[in-house]
Amino acid sequence: MHFRKYSYICTAKVYDFMDTEFVISIDSLTKTFPVGGSFFTALNNVNLVFGKGEFTGLVGPSGSGKTTLLNIIGSLDTPSTGDASVLGHSIAKLTPKESAELRNRNIGFIFQSYNLLPVYTVYENVEFALLLQKTPVDARRKAVMEALEWVGLTDKEKSRPSQLSGGECQRVAIARAMVKRPAIVLADEPSANLDAKNSHNILQTMRKLNKELKTTFIFATHDEKVMQYLTRIVSLRDGEIEKDSLIEKPASC
Amino acid sequence: MLVLKTSFKNIIGAGKRTWLNVAVLSFTFVIMVSYNGFIDGWQQEAYRDTENWETGAGQLWHPQYDRFDVFTLQDAHAAIPSGLRTYVDNGTLTPILITQGVIYPQGRMQNILLKGIDPKQQILSIPSQELAQTGEISALIGSRMAESTALKKGDRVMIRWRDKNGVFDAREILIAGIFSTKVPSVDAGQLWLNLNTLREMTGMPDEATYFVESKDCPLKTDADGWLYKDIDFLTADIKAMTDGNRVESAVIFSILMAIALLAVFDTQTLSIFRRRKEIGTYIALGMTPKRVIWLFTLEGTSFSVLAVLAGFVWGTPLLWWFGKVGMKMPEIDMNVVMGDTMYPSYELSSILTAIVLIVCLSAIISYLPARKIAKQNVVNALKGKL
Repeated sequence: MHFRKYSYICTAKVYDFMDTEFVISIDSLTKTFPVGGSFFTALNNVNLVFGKGEFTGLVGPSGSGKTTLLNIIGSLDTPSTGDASVLGHSIAKLTPKESAELRNRNIGFIFQSYNLLPVYTVYENVEFALLLQKTPVDARRKAVMEALEWVGLTDKEKSRPSQLSGGECQRVAIARAMVKRPAIVLADEPSANLDAKNSHNILQTMRKLNKELKTTFIFATHDEKVMQYLTRIVSLRDGEIEKDSLIEKPASC
Repeated sequence: MLVLKTSFKNIIGAGKRTWLNVAVLSFTFVIMVSYNGFIDGWQQEAYRDTENWETGAGQLWHPQYDRFDVFTLQDAHAAIPSGLRTYVDNGTLTPILITQGVIYPQGRMQNILLKGIDPKQQILSIPSQELAQTGEISALIGSRMAESTALKKGDRVMIRWRDKNGVFDAREILIAGIFSTKVPSVDAGQLWLNLNTLREMTGMPDEATYFVESKDCPLKTDADGWLYKDIDFLTADIKAMTDGNRVESAVIFSILMAIALLAVFDTQTLSIFRRRKEIGTYIALGMTPKRVIWLFTLEGTSFSVLAVLAGFVWGTPLLWWFGKVGMKMPEIDMNVVMGDTMYPSYELSSILTAIVLIVCLSAIISYLPARKIAKQNVVNALKGKL
């Protein structure tokens, strides 16, 4: 079933996906928002699957539905019709508690404006997700330091977000998303507030983690720098999939 | 534990806003404890002094006696019944005889009560032993009476009274002593005489208007036709007054609390508005909206916990100092049991009530704006939008 869906939405080429383990499956998903007296359709009958370890970008102009799709996959929002299955969980059917549990255990978020907790230090920001999981103190310390090592911020563990540059803040956000070793990382315009050098730094970090940990990365972006690293690009326009292409050799890898 | 730790971190990180709320709440807390301390202290003192100077542990009244109606005094007296004699003899019961009289200090005329008391009694603090001297008629008056009549110890003054047959008689008496008491009802407008002397003056041998019981007296019901009045009845006016003060205290506390809680409510509402992105982040990281509501409620409640701690830190030396020096009272005779200085008494129950009230009300007032979190759109919250 997964193969059938994938082959028919992938407009660029049909690959052999029979060995691929799918982590996300989106089935006839439509999302509408009330605007004034009528409804705006952000996503219209979208069908997609994402395999384990993909480094995929949802691209398209503003209002094309990429962030909405990302939010539904992250169970921050629910479909109007259709469904999204994330790691076997139906997003439409999750209770708030189950939804929170799914995010806490399996999904890491990276936001455009970092969304770090301002009163916490770098260490505490990264540690927070593990505290929610009630990870024992020793394992927590080890995981946090390892995550900070991935992003090269071990020397900043006691700093507060206000003392960091934009690039450093985004690296903390990556460490926070990765520390719990989630199956999926959702990144919404992660490089929008960064200069070219910092953008490449964080993208290289994410690509490295993607390769090493087999984490599925899904980006919502229209940044050319990000696209250079993607192995798959799903183009959206007016809430519909315009194009779905696999990149065999990304430009920056 | 995570929510508790996070809430404390957040309110400490909030800086001035936190300390403003903590200051207002701790001020309310200390004022409440202090005010209640003064009421409790005054109440205890009033009960103690009234018992020591006026009521004893209870009284037995002549059936005709009404302490608020002087016209009953003419008939409110009778000989000591045999059933009470034992208690009078062993000192656990002391008779008091009352009659109306007139005093003429410096030629002025003033209606008074003549009260006869046994010089050997040990139940009341009135220094009745000073009436033991024989010879001329000696009397004791309180400081209020001395002030209103301009009499001093050793002065002689004319008094007039009516005997049991209604015949007027008059005599010059010696002011043998002036006592100082906080209980105006044994002082103002009263002249204390030797019981036997008053009995002779009025022709009422072995008679009494009422008896005052000591703590050891076993009589706790009506006896030989005399009506038993317990301490609650005798101090009902003090209770009514302190109850009135407690209402006043509750009003003051409510006003202070409303101001303090308004500050907390305002901070919470502002917090939820300003920290939308943070709320969205908590939810994205895996907290349920309910848990975030709990976090914000706990943050608001933590203000009160910090306020109580701060109140203990700055309030303890202040309240201790109040307890040491007391509060000087204005020199106005309000006809209530009150000394020149009022000393507070800090009851544990009173302090605990103040703590529970402040913490619970803060929790409720913090919860109300926090409920909005559940209705917030997480996606918009993450972007810092409404």
